[in-house]
Amino acid sequence: MTTTLAPVEVEQPREVEDVEQDRPWIVIVWNDPINLMSYVTLVFQKLFGYSLAKATKLMLQVHNEGKAVVSGGTREKAEHDVARLHAHGLWATMRQDA
Amino acid sequence: MRLSPEERSLLLGLAGELRAQLEGESRDPSLRRLFPPAYDDQDDERAYRELAGDELLSGRRQALELLAATARSDRLSADEADAWLRALNDLRLVLGTRLDVQEDMLIDRPKSPEHALYIYLSWLQEQLVAALAPTESEPDGG
Repeated sequence: MTTTLAPVEVEQPREVEDVEQDRPWIVIVWNDPINLMSYVTLVFQKLFGYSLAKATKLMLQVHNEGKAVVSGGTREKAEHDVARLHAHGLWATMRQDA
Repeated sequence: MRLSPEERSLLLGLAGELRAQLEGESRDPSLRRLFPPAYDDQDDERAYRELAGDELLSGRRQALELLAATARSDRLSADEADAWLRALNDLRLVLGTRLDVQEDMLIDRPKSPEHALYIYLSWLQEQLVAALAPTESEPDGG
């Protein structure tokens, strides 16, 4: 770590705010003991057009790690995706990416 | 769909029952599993409910109605099969929540009539998923 370039980034507060609003949202699906693995895979294929390989990989991540990020983008898109996942009974939440 | 008359009657009854529960004022706690929160933040969540809540509820009702309306059909259209898939899953979610199921309960011996019903609905949904799964010969972007 260096400290040679100290006097910079004075305008930061405003930039931070802009960045805050632009930061993408992510959609997370959480593991649950009821939804079938095959069903979750099918829902990922159907809603997001993912290949069987990609949908299966995400499903296994949900199953083994407890959750997976399945989509993301603007707040509107994330909310739309969450609502579609909810319509299919999956446990989905959304938050702004860190 | 090769189902016995008894299975068809059972599905018809279950769909009607859940549809009535969704209409009713008294919300069984297990019904909450059908409406998980989208946001941690309470204000955001309230706004989400106001925006999407009615549509999510009516979508569930319509799927259950379509399952009931086609419970005696031998063949299902794509839309009907999709409604069956969602309605069966909702039936499993409510029943499974009520039973407090764990991941291994599908391979256990049934412990109660409700548990046997849960295993049956899971088997049926597995068949439907297999029938509806897209084939890999159609390349897609994923």
